[in-house]
Amino acid sequence: MGEIKVDCKNETCPVPLVETRKALRKASKGDVIEVMGTHQSSKKEIPMAVESMELELLGVREEGGVWSIRIRK
Amino acid sequence: MDKKATLIVHSGDLDKVYSAFIIGLGALSMGMEVSMYFTFWGLERLKKGKLDKASLSRMNMLGLGRWMIRRKMKQAGVASLDKMLKDFVELGGKILACDMTMEIMRVDKENLREDVISDYCGVGTYIKEAMESNVTLFI
Repeated sequence: MGEIKVDCKNETCPVPLVETRKALRKASKGDVIEVMGTHQSSKKEIPMAVESMELELLGVREEGGVWSIRIRK
Repeated sequence: MDKKATLIVHSGDLDKVYSAFIIGLGALSMGMEVSMYFTFWGLERLKKGKLDKASLSRMNMLGLGRWMIRRKMKQAGVASLDKMLKDFVELGGKILACDMTMEIMRVDKENLREDVISDYCGVGTYIKEAMESNVTLFI
């Protein structure tokens, strides 16, 4: 099981969502995807996408305006 | 079965085509299946090299408005339509071209982006898909 990092800092709508989805499609079951970004709406919307795809949200953190979301496929 | 979104892109205006792709990509990112039907002025955007060669629906001001909006979008880091179309196809989105529009506007397949178009169809195909959709929009 691998860990995949997706850097979406300074990207705006809908790039963080799209890049998260692209990474999730490429990942294998059990992989952990960590997305980092600065677009505030995406911080709320990526967990919504995780929920609607019935994946596991491992955590959401924010430090100095940069959020990080961890997802298990 | 996956949830589905079906979008009609009737407008060829730059701002509306942007909206269509952002919504389409958002839906794909949420795990939905998405089909975008390009018809009338929207079909113009599927011609080779014409994806972003469009004016604004309002305040175009002979291209000045478009120039300003493009600059603002670049500053804000908004992705280009080229990237959005590429991502849309990569995430499994379907691009459909209206064959009636092709006939009346005399557009041949060779003039269209055949590399991204998954099918050519009429209203029946749209209605059939719309019946199975959770979201459908006319843009």
